Amino acid sequence: MTISIAIDVGLALLVLAVAAWIIAVRDAFAAVVGFVAYGLLLALVWVRLAAVDVALTEAAIGSGVTGGLLLAAAARLRSSEAPAANERPGATLRVLTALLCAGISLGLAVAVLSLPDPAPTLAPMAAANLPATGLGNGVTAVLLAYRAFDTLLEKVVLLLSLIGVWSLAPDRAWGGRPGPRRVVRPDGALVFLTQLLPPVGIVVAIYIFWAGADEPGGAFPGGTILAAMWILSMLAGLVEVPAISRRSLRVVLVLGAALFFAVGLAGFFVADAFLAYPMGYAKPLILVIEAALVLSIAAILGMLVAGPPERTEER
Amino acid sequence: MNTAALFGLLGAALVGLGLFGLVVHPNPLRKILAFNLLGGGVFLVFGAVARRGAAAGMGGDPVPQALVITGLVVAFSATALAVSLLLRLFQETGRTTLRDEDGGKP
Repeated sequence: MTISIAIDVGLALLVLAVAAWIIAVRDAFAAVVGFVAYGLLLALVWVRLAAVDVALTEAAIGSGVTGGLLLAAAARLRSSEAPAANERPGATLRVLTALLCAGISLGLAVAVLSLPDPAPTLAPMAAANLPATGLGNGVTAVLLAYRAFDTLLEKVVLLLSLIGVWSLAPDRAWGGRPGPRRVVRPDGALVFLTQLLPPVGIVVAIYIFWAGADEPGGAFPGGTILAAMWILSMLAGLVEVPAISRRSLRVVLVLGAALFFAVGLAGFFVADAFLAYPMGYAKPLILVIEAALVLSIAAILGMLVAGPPERTEER
Repeated sequence: MNTAALFGLLGAALVGLGLFGLVVHPNPLRKILAFNLLGGGVFLVFGAVARRGAAAGMGGDPVPQALVITGLVVAFSATALAVSLLLRLFQETGRTTLRDEDGGKP
C-alpha cells in the first residue's frame, strides 16, 4: 500500500516538474519534446486512475499525434522565435498573472477536496445495461450506445476542423497535395523504421479496436495508431500524401460519420428513436460503425497532421 | 490521501501552470502548448471524479471517462486548426507575432 502511494506521489511530482519545465524552457522545440514526455506520463497517471481506455487515447492522441504535429510546426517556425522573445510582459504583470493562476489552482484544489461523499456515479446504471448492448467495456458502451450522439458530433467536429485546415490553402494550391515534397533516402534510419514498424503497428491498431468491445481499447486509440503508421510512411516519403481532391480519400474521410448517421436515422424506423439500435443487433452494428470510424479517424488525423495543401503538380 | 484526490490536486495545479503559460508567453506556438497543458489538467480533474465513482465492478465511472476520450480528440482537432492558422500567418507575414503591424500594444 505504501509503495503504491509512493509511486503515485512520485508520478505526480514528475508530471508537475515536466509541466513547469515546458512553461519555463526558452526553446520552443525543447518545450514540445517536454510535452510529449508530459503526455506519456499523463497516460501512466490515467492507468493509476483505473482508466486504461483514457490512458491509451492520451498516449496515442494527446502525446503522440499532437506531439508530432507540434514538433513539425516548431521546426518550421524556428526562425521566428527570436523577435517574439522580446515581447514578454514585464515582471509586475508576470507576478500578477502568477498570483491569479495560483488562485485558480487553489480554488480548483478546494473543489477537488470537497467533492461529495459518497460520490455520485453512473457506473451501476452503465453496468446494469451492458448486457443489452452485448459489450463488456463500459466506456465503449457509453461512447457508442448510451451517449452515441456525442461521439457522432465529435466525428463532425473532426471533419469541420479538417475543412478549416484545408480552407487555409492558398488558392493556387487548392485540390493539391499537403506539405513539401519528401526526398526518399533509401539508406536512412527513418525509411528502415518505416519498413519495420507499420506491419506490427497495423496489427496492433486492429487488435486494439477489436478488443475494445470487451477490454480497454476501442476505435479512438486503434484509429490513432493506424494514423501514426500512415503519418510515419508519409514522413519517410514511402507513401505520397494524397491530393485533397481525390475522391477515394474524401469517401474514407466521411465514411465513419456518414455510416454512423445512417444507422442513427435507421433507428427511427426499426427502434423508434434516433441512434437507437434494434434489440439483439446492438453489438454487430456497433462493431460495423467502429470499423468505419477507425478508418475515418486514421484518415482525418493523418490529413490534419499533413496540413493544408501546398503544391499542385501532378494530381 | 487517496489516489483520486492526489491526481485531482495535480490536475488543479496543471490548470494554473497552463493558464500562466497561456497568458505570459508571447510566442503563439507556446500558447498552443500551454493550452494543451491546461487541457490535460482539466481532464485529470475529470479523472479524479471518475475514479471516485468506482462501483459495480468498474474501476471508475465510465461516463466521465468517455467524455475525456471525446475531449482529447476535440482538443487535438482544435490544436491542428490553431497550428495551421499559425503556419499560414508565418507564410504570409514571415512573423508569428500577435502584435499589430505598427508594433503597438496587442
